[in-house]
Amino acid sequence: MIRVVLPAHLRELAHLGREVSVEVSGQVTQRSVIDALEEAYPVLRGTMRDPVTKKRRAFVRFFACEEDLSHASPDAPLPEVVATGAEPFFVVGAMAGG
Amino acid sequence: MGGVRVLVGTRKGAFVLKSDGKREDWEIDGPYFPGWEIYHLKGSPADPDRIYASQSSGWFGQLIQRSDDGGSTWQPMGNQFQYEGVPGTHQWYDGTPHPWEFARVWHLEPSLSDPDTVLAGVEDAALFCSTDGAQSWNELAGLREHGSGPSWQPGAGGMCLHTIVLDPSDAKRIFVAISAAGVFRTDDSGKTWRPVNKGLRSGAIPDEDAEVGHCVHRLARHPSRPEVLYMQKHWDVMRSDDAGESWQEVSGDLPSDFGFAIDVHAHEPETVYVVPIKSDSEHFPPEGKLRVYRSRTGGNEWEPLTTGLPQANCYVNVLRDAMAVDSLESCGVYFGTTGGQVYASNDAGDTWAAIVRDLPSVLSVEVQTLP
Repeated sequence: MIRVVLPAHLRELAHLGREVSVEVSGQVTQRSVIDALEEAYPVLRGTMRDPVTKKRRAFVRFFACEEDLSHASPDAPLPEVVATGAEPFFVVGAMAGG
Repeated sequence: MGGVRVLVGTRKGAFVLKSDGKREDWEIDGPYFPGWEIYHLKGSPADPDRIYASQSSGWFGQLIQRSDDGGSTWQPMGNQFQYEGVPGTHQWYDGTPHPWEFARVWHLEPSLSDPDTVLAGVEDAALFCSTDGAQSWNELAGLREHGSGPSWQPGAGGMCLHTIVLDPSDAKRIFVAISAAGVFRTDDSGKTWRPVNKGLRSGAIPDEDAEVGHCVHRLARHPSRPEVLYMQKHWDVMRSDDAGESWQEVSGDLPSDFGFAIDVHAHEPETVYVVPIKSDSEHFPPEGKLRVYRSRTGGNEWEPLTTGLPQANCYVNVLRDAMAVDSLESCGVYFGTTGGQVYASNDAGDTWAAIVRDLPSVLSVEVQTLP
C-alpha cells in the first residue's frame, strides 16, 4: 500500500484523515498514485491536476523523502521507500499566501 | 407570510442567512466550504431545496457542489468543464493571441422549470450546461464559436462569462454577458448566438461603438417584461426595450455611472437599483458614502437610499453578483460588500440594516423567497 499525506482542504473534501493508503498496481509513479487516489476518492478528481490535461496544478506540490518531486516526470518511479510504504508521498498546497 | 434564505458566496466560504417574512431577525449558518472561494450559489426556481454552488481555489481548482435540502448538506458533483473541440485563442491583455483555458465557474443559473438543468458561465468565457443535476457538463459551443471569439479580451477580473439571463416567456432565449466582450443572445436554446450591443459606447476600446468588446458588468430584468433589460456597464447604466437590439444610456443624475451590481424590484418593473462606485481604479463609493440608488422611472432619475448605510469613511466595493431582491409583498433588497457586510432592506430600499458585518469579502448574494 502507498501512504499518501493530503493537504487539509483535500482531506476535508474527501472526509479523510491526515494520511490515506491506496493500492497501486504496477509501477509506483506520481501518475499511478494520483490515479489510484482519484479512483478511490472521486471527489479529488481535478483537485491535484487538471481533469482534462492531467497536468499538475501550479500550486500543488509532490514531496517525498524530503525532496520536491513536483517537476519530475509523472511517469518516473517514486523512491523505493514510498513504493514499499515505508515513507509517505506528500501532496502539498504550495505556500502562496491566501 | 413566507421567509427568505439569502445565499452568500465569499472569498473564504459560503454562508446561508435565514429569516421569516419580517426580515428583522436572522439565523446565520456557515461557513460552508471554509477556505474556498465561492463565486456563486443559486437555488432552483423549480425546487427551492435544490441549490448549486461554485467552489474553487487557486490551489485545487474547480468543484461544483449541490444541496438537495436547502443548503444544510452538500454533495460534490461533476467538475469537468471541457471546451468543445480545439478551443483556439482569444486576445490577451496585450493584444496577443492567448489559448482558451478554463479557470473557474463565475455564475450558475438553474433552469426556471427543471431542477436538474443548470447553466454555468465560466472563465475563460464560455457557457456550459448540465441536464443531470450538475453531474456532467457540456459546452454550448455556438457562443464561443459564433465568430467574434478570437477578438474577445479579458477585463481586469479575467475573461469571464458572469451573467446569464433566462427568459420566462421563451425558454429558447438566453442572454449572457462577458467581460470584456459584451452581451450575446440566443433564440434557439444556445445553438446559435449573436452580439446585441448596439448603442453601447466604451471609451476604452479603439472603436467606441464596436459590435463586440464592451465590458458589460451585469444585466437585470423583470420577469413580467423580459424584453426590457437593464445593464451596469464598466461605465454607464444602460437600458434596452427590445431584448438587446438597441441600448440607451439611463445613467441620468447618478453621482458615478461606474459600478457592478444592478437589479430590478420584484413587483415594479421600472424600479431599478444600482450601487455607484467612484471609478474603475477607485473601487469604492463616491465620497466614502455607501449609497444604493433607486430609479422608479426605469432609469435617468435616481434617488440615493442611505438610511442605515454608512455615510462616512466607507471604502468597500459591491461586486456584480452581490445584489438580489426577494419577492415578498414588501420587496426585500440585499447586497454584500467586499468588506464582508451583507445589508438588507425589507422595504424596497427605504431603510437598511446589516444582517452580518464581518464575513470574508462577499462575491455573490442571491435570495430565495420561501413559501
